Amino acid sequence: MSKPRAANEPYRLPPPLFDARCKACWFTAAIVLLVVASFWSLDLQWAQFLSLDALRSMGRFVAEFFPPDTSPKFLQKVAIGAWETLAMSALGTGLAAVAGLALALPASRLYEGHAARARTLTRLILNALRSIPELVWAALLLISAGLGPFAGTLALALHTTGVLGRLFAEAIENAPPGPGTALRTHGVGNGRVFLYATLPQVLPQLLSYTLYRWENNIRAAAVLGVVGAGGLGQLLAFHMGLFQMGKTATILGAMLLMVAVVDAASHGARRLMTR
Amino acid sequence: MDPALHTPPMRDPAWQGRLFWMLALVVVLWPLGVATEFKPWVLLEPDNLKVTRQFLDTFFPLAYDAEFLAMVARETWRTVAMATAGVTLALVVAIPLTLINTRVLSVSALSGRMARGPFWLRQAVRWLLIVLRSIPELVWALVFVRVVGLGPTAGVLAIALTYGGMLGKVYGEILESGETHATETLLRNGSSRLQAFLYGLLPTNAAELTSYTVYRWECAIRSSVVLGFVGAGGLGQQLDNSMKMFNGGEVASMLLVFIALVALADKVSAWLRKALG
Repeated sequence: MSKPRAANEPYRLPPPLFDARCKACWFTAAIVLLVVASFWSLDLQWAQFLSLDALRSMGRFVAEFFPPDTSPKFLQKVAIGAWETLAMSALGTGLAAVAGLALALPASRLYEGHAARARTLTRLILNALRSIPELVWAALLLISAGLGPFAGTLALALHTTGVLGRLFAEAIENAPPGPGTALRTHGVGNGRVFLYATLPQVLPQLLSYTLYRWENNIRAAAVLGVVGAGGLGQLLAFHMGLFQMGKTATILGAMLLMVAVVDAASHGARRLMTR
Repeated sequence: MDPALHTPPMRDPAWQGRLFWMLALVVVLWPLGVATEFKPWVLLEPDNLKVTRQFLDTFFPLAYDAEFLAMVARETWRTVAMATAGVTLALVVAIPLTLINTRVLSVSALSGRMARGPFWLRQAVRWLLIVLRSIPELVWALVFVRVVGLGPTAGVLAIALTYGGMLGKVYGEILESGETHATETLLRNGSSRLQAFLYGLLPTNAAELTSYTVYRWECAIRSSVVLGFVGAGGLGQQLDNSMKMFNGGEVASMLLVFIALVALADKVSAWLRKALG
């Protein structure tokens, strides 16, 4: 008589929970370790945060936000701040687009076999510009440009130059080489080849990158003022520092409104373009 | 035959249009320059130039004594830990909201229109997510510093709320854009919504969800440095202190460490996303 088959043959057993050869297991283990170490090493004051006392002070804090200050005089001040924020982001992005394009040229290999000697160095500079956030740039620039929106504009421009320069360089390197080669075989120089063959091809892409960054920069510009670089953020830091919560609430409302309007506008524009 | 036809035009045929648009651009940019007090020559005024040069002169030599380096290492870890803890808590916020929010998991939507109650619940969650992510993390941090005092708690909470909003929104979009046939079948055959999520929706989208989360973790490291500037601890706070004391050597060293940290996070995140496919 044959033996009854095992209900669960050995090779059908579920795999062991941890296997030294399983990449995902190591990945998960590393993440769990990182998370545990993070929570363990930070002295997070949950007890203080969740205590009755803290909750009460939180409640009081939120209650102070109401009613928001809506006197016409203050609203006008907020409107000026919002306009300043918008102008900072637009001008900063514009400057960054120009500087980014100027740096993208040495950072890209223009044709097959092009030596592109400055490529590595320029890319290094772009990465450095990009990895320092706008706010840190603003804090650094305050020293030479003084308090005010000018420092904020330059800070936005520097960070965005890093971001756009890299994106532009990728776009230029990935442009179809046909028209450029045609001009180059007739002896046209690099500058003119770029202006009349490469640029017209990549311009729509460059524009869409720039618009996308502008959208990001409007959000960034709103908070840059916290270190003293102008716009809505400066108003916010000022009135919050004086504990004028009604005014703070108005400014927060204005920020939310601005972000919402920009989001809606860009969403609408993208839908129009893709239709 | 006219010889002019044979020689190619030496001038750009479209120069008039280009000149016009250049001038138009300047006219548009003028009010922006006024609003932002855009005066580049301020940078070159002798007073400002002197201050700048003095500050830049202190950049070298870089600060590298053992005590300082130990402090930088500790604060760098705190920055990473703040970002990691923040993203973990953001997941705690985002996952339940995503489960409520996802249209695919609606039982009433299987047969025509979604019922009114669930519809408004989903709409409410959507608005909550929008509010959470449209307040910048820096503003959340300013608020929490008032409530819980200076320290990493405020930073972690700020990251948790903003990133909770972002993750919740994008998770919802990922889940709804993928293949939903398996999930629908499970729901139609009487599985619970949680079962349909775990066995239908999650396996098809797991790689994309993880890769987006890793990308956001990388962003959180960058923003946790910024949060230090309002008193949430970490590398940003030390940078702010050194800057206020015009200690250029320390500022330069910390900026270099920061650039290296961001580059490392960039590499780790790119590698992980590639490994996930």
